[in-house]
Amino acid sequence: MNILGKRYILFGFSLLIIIPGLIIMFTRGIPLSIDFKGGSLLEVKFDAAQPAPGEILDVYDASGIKDSQVQTSDSGSFIIRSEFMQNETRDAVLTALTAKFGKLEIVRFDSVGPSIGEQVTSRGTLAVIVSSLLVVLFIAWSFRGVQNAFRYGICAILAMIHDVAIIFAITAYGSLLFGWEIDALFLTALLTVIGFSMQDTIVVFDRIRENMSIYRRLDFEALVNHSIVQTLQRSINTQLMTVEFLLLALIMFGGATLQEFASILLIGLMSGTYSSIFIAAPILVLWENREWEKWFKPKALAG
Amino acid sequence: MLRNLTNRLLLIGLVLMLAIWVDTNEIVQIPNPFKDDGSPLFQVDVKPRLGLDLQGGLQVLLEADIADDVKVSREEMETARNIVENRTNALGVSENIIQLAGERRIVGEFPGAEDTDAILDIIQQTGLLEFVDTGTYAPSEGSTLQTDFLPGSSTPQTPADGTTVFHTIMTGNVLQGVNVSVTQTGEPAIDFVLNSEGAAIFAEHTSANTGKYLAIVLDKQVISAPIIESAITGGQGSISGNFTPETANALAVQLRYGSLPIPLKVVETRIIGPTLGEDSLQKSLVAGLVGFVIVALFMIIYYRLPGLSAVLSILAYAAILYAVFKLIGVTLTLPGIAGIMLSTGSALDANILIFERLKEELRSGRSLRQAFDQAWKRAWPSIRDSNVAALITAVILFWFGSSFGATIVKGFSFTLAIGVIISLFSSLFITQSFLALLFNIVKPTNYERSMGI
Repeated sequence: MNILGKRYILFGFSLLIIIPGLIIMFTRGIPLSIDFKGGSLLEVKFDAAQPAPGEILDVYDASGIKDSQVQTSDSGSFIIRSEFMQNETRDAVLTALTAKFGKLEIVRFDSVGPSIGEQVTSRGTLAVIVSSLLVVLFIAWSFRGVQNAFRYGICAILAMIHDVAIIFAITAYGSLLFGWEIDALFLTALLTVIGFSMQDTIVVFDRIRENMSIYRRLDFEALVNHSIVQTLQRSINTQLMTVEFLLLALIMFGGATLQEFASILLIGLMSGTYSSIFIAAPILVLWENREWEKWFKPKALAG
Repeated sequence: MLRNLTNRLLLIGLVLMLAIWVDTNEIVQIPNPFKDDGSPLFQVDVKPRLGLDLQGGLQVLLEADIADDVKVSREEMETARNIVENRTNALGVSENIIQLAGERRIVGEFPGAEDTDAILDIIQQTGLLEFVDTGTYAPSEGSTLQTDFLPGSSTPQTPADGTTVFHTIMTGNVLQGVNVSVTQTGEPAIDFVLNSEGAAIFAEHTSANTGKYLAIVLDKQVISAPIIESAITGGQGSISGNFTPETANALAVQLRYGSLPIPLKVVETRIIGPTLGEDSLQKSLVAGLVGFVIVALFMIIYYRLPGLSAVLSILAYAAILYAVFKLIGVTLTLPGIAGIMLSTGSALDANILIFERLKEELRSGRSLRQAFDQAWKRAWPSIRDSNVAALITAVILFWFGSSFGATIVKGFSFTLAIGVIISLFSSLFITQSFLALLFNIVKPTNYERSMGI
């Protein structure tokens, strides 16, 4: 099985998913949830009445609250996002809603000050950079027995960046199609995938490390390809387990927020396995062959 | 297969028995055989703790309400945290967690809390009690008074709008003891005892101002304004006002635990309805069970005997993990469960790595014994490196989560880290011992049937 021979097709496939997503992200932007933006989120369930979202919006407008949006959830409750509400305002809105639609139950009420977002995002980015650097150093140390040990760490990080880009791209599509937002759970999913991506890449690289001492004569590209094929069964089985496990479990959790989380995690974990085989290892070979020197030369010379 | 298999199995049996003992009890204790009074030799409370998202309740994020460029000392925040904890504990809310988050934030979690307004009220009030000399003016109960006492400044300030500023003779700092009592007419009242400094001020003021009003003011609001009938020299007094037993109790709590060194504002409140909580808990349990059955079936069908040992080993992993969580007192949340699932995935991955090696070695013609030894030896570097990388990430996440009150991230990374460590013990030690035992019992010769090759 020659996987590496098709490496440019595989790179192209990834870019096909990533680039349009990033274009959406940078032109249109992915909406940030109130975790980042600040505001209020009220989820209520009415005992008897099932008002139209517009009617709820009218109550909000009448109370003088701006930026309100209403979503219905699968369980029949209403998720209402709006600008920041004080407790008094919330109580007034609840009284108005009860007066109009009858008895209700508060499923949740979130209000977040906008300052949290800045701190969490900046610290979150810092946390990712710090953990990436530590993992690169760790891989370089752990692979110190093979040539160019640092490349393995850097390729693992490139694969991780690929997975992060995939997640952002998918979330951008999700925001366009299903109104997904970036929230605190998105961060958790992102960081989970980062951890998994590294873990998975290391397993594939470990096989390369081991084969280096067994097949000393083999050309590097063939050796990497052989290593990938050897670990393929494990990659598939682990992916099936982890993803099957998470997929089934989290989709059953239900709830609007957790479903978004589960979907992002699912795609991210798949990408984590995909990138170990089809991104990290091929880049290692590309680097070894210094292929970029041939990129801009006419085909005839290369052949 | 393994030389010391009997000892290994004994150790695993012992660990499992301990784990199941902790898992199935709410309090674990060893009775003291030398005492008859029933006092235990060893006792730990291992009641399972469910987080807000599973049980429902209230989460409050508080922040020091002062200008950003003013530095808040760690001590002040710690004092404020203690006061918030004392106040809310005294309200009878159990199992609440009050933690510092970062340099100027406090996170409070109140699982199962229903009366959220009461909690918010008691947290938010600064609880500044003043004894104010209003002279001959009789302020009405509940009205607001301007006083010359301002936290952080010593000079009296004149307000621009020309309202009268009254003199504060002393504040709640001089209170030594506070109790709720009932007056002769059956009204709740608050009895207080002053310290020597307060007693001296009080004696001097009451003897010089007999017949004048003395307003008792909380957070600039008049609670009561009695007339000083005679000099009070004993350092004791009583506040009566328009109290119900509940409000009297709440005020006593506030006075007892003092005023906050820094004002706190509520940045965020999350009220998580118990409906969502129960729903999530039940769903997660069902989901976990279904997920596990599918994985177990897959493992046994695909890997046969090794698969069976892996399933048993994962069950042992779950029992040990739950016992460790109960012993440490981890509050279980949904992100925490996600962390557990990921570490379970990591445990499965380790087993799969080992079994793929086992198959490879058997295919290349090695004996069962050699293949068994090689499988663990060869799989070890990849298991070690990938798990260390996961631990590095978990530690960074935990640091990130705990410094910013991002409890989602914190709960996730903590269970992930502990899970990864126990998963290593499970895949490297327990699976190996169980598989050796199975091989000893079955003595497989047909690798296709017993190993899925």
